[in-house]
Amino acid sequence: MQFNIEVNNRIIEVRKGETILSALFRNGIKVPTLCNMKDLSPTGACRICVVEVEGKENLVTSCSYPVEESMKIKTHSPRVVKARKTLVELLLSNHPDDCLYCERNGCCELQDLAIDLNIRERRISGKKSRHKLDLSSPSIVRDPAKCILCGRCVRVCDEIQSVSTLDFLNRGNKTIIGTAMARDLNFSSCINCGRCVMVCPTGALHEHSYLDEVLDSLNNSSLQVVVQYGPAVTVSLAEEFGIKSGKDITGVINAALRKIGFTHIFDTAFAADLAVMETVEVIMQKLETGEGFPIISSCCPAWVKYAEQFYPEVLSYLSTCKSPQQMLGSIIKSYYAPQQNINPNAIYSVAIMPCLAKKFEAQREEMTHKAISDVDVVITTRELSRLIKMYGIDIHNIEPQTSDTPFGARSSAGKLFGTSGGTAEAILRTLHHRITGKELNSLKLQDLRSVSGIKEIPIKIGGKVFKVVLANGLTGIEKLMEGIQNKSIDAHFVEIMACPGGCVNGGGQPFKSGEKDIRARIRSLYEVDEVDNIKASHKNPLINELYENFLEKPGSDKAKQQLHTCYTKRDVLL
Amino acid sequence: MDNQDNSNIIKFFLENVLINDPSSYPKNVEDRLEVFRRNRISKPIIYIGITSSSVCAGALKVKGAIEEYISENHLDLEVVTIGGLGLCSNEPLIDVHIPGKNRVVFRKVSPNDIQPILDGVLNQYVPAEMALGQYRHKFHEPWQDVPFLDELPFFKEQNRVILSNCGVIDPNNIFDYMARGGYSALAKTIRNHTYDEICTLVEQSGLRGRGGGGYPTGTKWRKALQVSTDQRYMICNADESDPGAFVYRLLMESDPHRIIEGLIISSYAIGASKAFIYTRNSNSLTVERLEQAISTAYDAGFLGHNILESGFNIDIVVRKGPGAYVCGEETALIRSIEGKRGMPTVKPPYPTEQGLFGKPTVVNNIETIANISSIILNGVQWYSSIGTETSKGTKIFSISGKAQNICAVEVSMGTPLSKIVEFGGGVDIGRKFKALHIGGPSGFTALPNELDVLIDFDKLKEAGLVIGSGGIQVLDDSVCIVDMVKYFMYFIQKESCGKCIPCREGSRRMLEILQNISKRPLNENGHNTLERFKGVIHLESLAEVMRDTSLCGLGQTAPNPVLRTLKLFRDEYEEHIFDRKCQAGVCRDLRTFYIDIEKCTGCTACAKKCPTNAIIGTPRSPYFVVEDKCIGCGICEEVCKFSAVYFK
Amino acid sequence: MENRIEILLDKYSHSRRDSLIPILQDIQEEVGYLSEEAIILVGKHLEMPTSKIYGLATFYNQFRFEPKGTFHIQVCHGTACHMLGAVSIIDFIEKRLKIKAGQTSRNGKYSLEVVPCIGACSQSPVISINGEYHSKLTAERIKQILIDLIGE
Repeated sequence: MQFNIEVNNRIIEVRKGETILSALFRNGIKVPTLCNMKDLSPTGACRICVVEVEGKENLVTSCSYPVEESMKIKTHSPRVVKARKTLVELLLSNHPDDCLYCERNGCCELQDLAIDLNIRERRISGKKSRHKLDLSSPSIVRDPAKCILCGRCVRVCDEIQSVSTLDFLNRGNKTIIGTAMARDLNFSSCINCGRCVMVCPTGALHEHSYLDEVLDSLNNSSLQVVVQYGPAVTVSLAEEFGIKSGKDITGVINAALRKIGFTHIFDTAFAADLAVMETVEVIMQKLETGEGFPIISSCCPAWVKYAEQFYPEVLSYLSTCKSPQQMLGSIIKSYYAPQQNINPNAIYSVAIMPCLAKKFEAQREEMTHKAISDVDVVITTRELSRLIKMYGIDIHNIEPQTSDTPFGARSSAGKLFGTSGGTAEAILRTLHHRITGKELNSLKLQDLRSVSGIKEIPIKIGGKVFKVVLANGLTGIEKLMEGIQNKSIDAHFVEIMACPGGCVNGGGQPFKSGEKDIRARIRSLYEVDEVDNIKASHKNPLINELYENFLEKPGSDKAKQQLHTCYTKRDVLL
Repeated sequence: MDNQDNSNIIKFFLENVLINDPSSYPKNVEDRLEVFRRNRISKPIIYIGITSSSVCAGALKVKGAIEEYISENHLDLEVVTIGGLGLCSNEPLIDVHIPGKNRVVFRKVSPNDIQPILDGVLNQYVPAEMALGQYRHKFHEPWQDVPFLDELPFFKEQNRVILSNCGVIDPNNIFDYMARGGYSALAKTIRNHTYDEICTLVEQSGLRGRGGGGYPTGTKWRKALQVSTDQRYMICNADESDPGAFVYRLLMESDPHRIIEGLIISSYAIGASKAFIYTRNSNSLTVERLEQAISTAYDAGFLGHNILESGFNIDIVVRKGPGAYVCGEETALIRSIEGKRGMPTVKPPYPTEQGLFGKPTVVNNIETIANISSIILNGVQWYSSIGTETSKGTKIFSISGKAQNICAVEVSMGTPLSKIVEFGGGVDIGRKFKALHIGGPSGFTALPNELDVLIDFDKLKEAGLVIGSGGIQVLDDSVCIVDMVKYFMYFIQKESCGKCIPCREGSRRMLEILQNISKRPLNENGHNTLERFKGVIHLESLAEVMRDTSLCGLGQTAPNPVLRTLKLFRDEYEEHIFDRKCQAGVCRDLRTFYIDIEKCTGCTACAKKCPTNAIIGTPRSPYFVVEDKCIGCGICEEVCKFSAVYFK
Repeated sequence: MENRIEILLDKYSHSRRDSLIPILQDIQEEVGYLSEEAIILVGKHLEMPTSKIYGLATFYNQFRFEPKGTFHIQVCHGTACHMLGAVSIIDFIEKRLKIKAGQTSRNGKYSLEVVPCIGACSQSPVISINGEYHSKLTAERIKQILIDLIGE
C-alpha cells in the first residue's frame, strides 16, 4: 500500500511498513547514518539519522521509525542539524587527534560526517579515554580509543559471520568493544575474516600492516623478494586508481610490481590450478571407495580457523590440500629456489591477497618446512595500492607485462578461485575430465554462479550425480555443519567461503568499494574465463611441466609433502 | 502448622471468605477471621518489624534480645515478624499485644530496651516515653497516656490504601493477608469477569501507570490483549533503582501478597499465562519474601494450573535484576529477562506488540500492580473518588535526604507537595529548608515557594516537575546544589547503558564540566574562569540535545536536574565558577583551609606536604595558609596530628 | 570448583539464554565470583559464545570477576548517603586499605564495593561488612571500625 507524506514541505510517496529512512533514500533525500547496516534490523544507537516529525516531542530516528500516514517530516531543520552536529561533536570530543596518521585517513565515516556538518573547532572537549592498542593478532589491530561504539562490528561478527568474537563490554561511558574476558584478539575465537574491519566507520579496527617489513626486504640487497598475488586482487584495484571498477589489470600490476623491485612475480592462480589437480586426485581416490565424503574446501583460511574452533568434528572432512597461496609459497622455496640456485633462506616471499586471514595463515606452524615459512609476509590489496602510490608509479601510463616463469601461465579456472562458487567450478571441470576423459560440454557451470547463502547443487558427471554444496558466507553455517555430522547432508564436495561473495569481497579489499564494485569484480572474473584460451587447470601446460619436473604426479609423496597438510582442534575462548 | 492444618484453613477461606464481600462476612466467619487477624488472642504477641531498612537499624539484634528474654523468663509468647510502617527514622519498631489490651508500638528500640518494655507491658504497664502509639480496636482496652496511631499526624494525614497492611501483618503468612480481604479481588475477577471486562474496569477507574509516564493502565492492557498470539507476558517492574528511594522495597517486604494478587489479576486481564517480577538482587530480603509469598500462593491454588477451577493458568517467576538503573526502562528490562545486556531498543515496536521473546508484553510498575486488587474489590466508583480529575487514587513516596523523619508515606492524589515536607518533619535544628528534589537522578528540584502545587500527573508537569517513581529528598542549606547535580550526573554516566551517543557521551561531558567548576585549577588565570563559564553554557545546549535525541527515557530525562537547577540556583553555580566558593562547604576542592594558631605546634608536617607551598611559617611557632595559593586539596588536614587545620 | 559449578548447572538442564542471569547469580553466590572457567562452562551448557556471557556480566553491577576479600565491605552511595558524606567514607576506606572501589587487596583480606543504594536512607551513611550493617557513620566511627577490622 502506498500513501503520501510531507517531507521538507514536499509531498513524497511512501510504502506502508517501510522506515522513514528508506522512504527518504528512495526519494533522493539524504540523511546521514552511522550505525545503520543494510539487511540488518535497525538498532537506533547512533541517533545521527534523527529527523523532526511534527507532533512528536523528541526527534525520531529515521532508520527505525516506520512511516505513518500524513506524517510531516523535517530532515534538515535547525533543530535537527544542531542535534546531529552536537552528536558528532560529542564523538569527537575525546577522539584521538591523529587523523593524519590514521589508517582510515581519507576514508573515515566520522571524518566525512565532521566535514558534512561543518565542524571546524573542538567546541566540547572531554577527557581522553586511555586504551591499549591490541596488536596481538597477525591480521587485525584493535584501537579502542577510536571506537565510536556504533556496534557494526559486533553485529557483523554475530549476525552475519556467526562467530561472535566481539561484544560490548562494560557499561555507560566505560563501554568498549572487546572479546570474552577482555582478552587480546589472538586468544579469542576471531577467525580473522576482517568483516569487522570492512564495516568499521573509523580506524578502530584495521589491518595489521606489514608494509614496513616488505619495504625493508625490498631494500635489502641480500634478499630476493618474490611476490605472488591472489586471483581477486587483479580485479579489485581498478577503482582505487580511477579505472573502471572491476577491470582486470593483471598486466599492469605485473609491471608495477616489477618496477617496485620485486624480483619475481607470480600469479597465485597458477597455484590454484595446482590445488585443483591435487583436490581432484583426492576426490578420485575417495570415489573409488565411495567413502570419506564430503570433502570440504580448505582454501579459505578464515573458514579453516572457524572449523578448527567450532567444529573440530568435521576437520577430518577438510581437504588436505593447502590453499593456493601456501602451495605457491611452498614450491617457490622448495622447487623454484634450487632451480634458480638461490638459497631458500635468501628468498623473501610476499603474497598480496584480498584477505586478512591470509596474514594469519602464512604464520601457521603447519605452513612451514624445516622452520622456513612457505610465505614470509602477506599484504592486502589495500596495502598494494599504498605501495604503488608510495613508489610513484603511474598506473595509467605503464605497459602491461606478464608474470614470471616457471609459473607464468594459469588457466581461467584458477582465476575463478577469486569468487564464491569458482573453486567448485574449477574442480568440476578437471574432475569431469578425469572421470569421463572428456571435457564438459559447456565449461560454464551456471548453477554454481551467483549462489546466495548455502545451497546444494547436483552436477551430472558421466551419468552420475556429483553433489556440490556451496556456502557463500558463513551465515547459517551451523546447520550445514550439523547436517554433515549427522549425514543428513550427503554431498561430495563442499565449498565454503567466509566472506559473502568470496575473495572479491575479502577483508583486505579497498574500503571505498561498494556492492556495485563487488559485482563488477565477479563479472570481470567470469569475463576473463569467457575469453581465455585455457579454461581448465589440467590444460595448463606449466602445471603439467611442474609435475614432470618436480612433483611427479598429483597425490605423489612429493606432492603430499609440499602441498598437503592437516588441521587439528584449536583451543580458544569460544 | 502442618499441611493438613493448612489445607483445612485454605478450604475455610475458599468456601467461606472468598465467596463473600469483605464488608459482609457472616458472624461466625467474621469471628474466626478475627483470630487470623490476631485481634482475638489467647497469649501475648510480640511483633517485630523486619525489613531491609530496619535490619540496618539493628532489628535483628532486637529480635535476638526478645528471644533471649523469652527463653530466660520461660514465657509462652508468640513472636510474629511483620514489615514496616514506613517510619524508617523510628526503627527498629516492635509491637506488643497482650490479651484484652490494645496493640502498642514502640519506637527506636535497642536490645537494652527489651527488658524494660516487656517487663512493663506484660505487667500491664507501658513505658510511655518509648511508645509510638497504640492501635485502636473496639474489643480491646486502650492504654493510658499512649496516643492512638490513627490520631498521630503521620497516619492521620495519609490515605493508606496500598500500604494499609504494611507493618501490620505478617508478610510470610498468606492468611494474615486473606483475613483482611486478600485474594477476594482475585476470586471476584475470575468468577465474575472476562479479560476484556477487567481491562474496561481498570480503564474506567482512571488508573495511570506509576512508573513515571502516567500512561492509562487499562489502555495499555487492552493493546496487548488485542494482539492475537499464542503467548503474552506480564511483567511487574519492581526494580527500585532510583538511589534514595525505598518505598517499593517496603511494600514488597511488608505486603508481598498484594503484589502477587495484583499481578495475577493483571495477567488475567491480558490473558498472560506467565508473569515476572523483576526486582533487585541486592535486596535478598525482598526476594526471600516474594518467593515465600509465591510459594504459598501456589499451595493455596492461586497460582499454577487451572487456578480456582477457572481454566486460567498463571505462573509467576521472580527475576533478580543484577543491578542496572537502565533496566527500569521497559525494553531494557525485557532484554535483561531474556538474558541479554540491558540495552533499550527502539520503539516502535512497542512491548505491547513485540515484547519479551517477541510476544506481546505489558510492563507495569509495582505500584500500579499494587492498586489493582483494591480497585476490583472496592469498585471503580470508590477508586475514582480518590484523587483529582486526571489523576486518580493515591501515590506512595519515600522521603529522605536531610529530612528529620525519613519515612515512606501514601497520600491521595491532589495533596499539595508541601505536605510531603511536613511528613519529613522539617530539617535539622539550625538548618534552613532549601528545596525539595523529586524523581531522583532524572528528576527536578522545587523551591520552598513552589510547593503549593498538587500531586497530580498533569499539574506537576505544568509546574515543570515530575511525579517520578516516588523518591523525594529534602534539601537543607548544608546541601550544595552543584554537588548534588554532579552526583546525579555521575550516577547517570555510570548507569547509562552506553548504547546511544547523546546519553553515553553527553552525560560524561556534562559530568566533566560540573567537575571542572567545582575544582580549583592548579594554575589560576582569568582565561580559565571564562572557560569554566563557557562550560556551563555548553551544559545547557548539551542538555537540550540529550533530551531531544536520546534513545530511551534515561537519557531523555537525565539533563533534568541540570536544566532545572541552572534556572533555580544560577547564583550558586556562578558562585562556584567566579568566586570559587561553595557556601555549603561540600565541594571539597573549593574549600580554603585555615590553621588554628591555638592548636598548631609548628611541626612543619603540613608545610612539607602542601603541593602549592601555600603554608608558610617558622618552625615551632604557628603556621598559616596563604588563601590565594590554597587549592583545597586537604592534605594538610590529613597530615596534621593536632587537628589544627580546619576549613571554611 | 568446576565440580560445584557443574552440579549447579545440572539444575538448569534444558535451559536457554533467559536462564543465563539466574545461572550466573547462582554461581556467584556459590563461588563468590565469576571465574573464566565458570564462564566457559556456562557457555558450553547454554551453547552460547563466551563473549556474550562476559559482555552481559560486565554490564551489570552485581557480577565480579575476582574473589571477594575475607572482609567484603559494601558502601552505600545512594542519594541520601551521598548527602551525608558517603564520598569521604569511600575515600577514607580506599586510602586506609589501599584498594580502590571494586578491587580486592593483594593479600585477599579486603574487598571494597560501592553499591547504588541499600535502601536504608534513615540510617545513612551506611556500610556493610560481610553482611553486617554499620549505620549513621561518622569519620570517627569508620576509623574505629577499620581499626577493629585491621586489628591495628
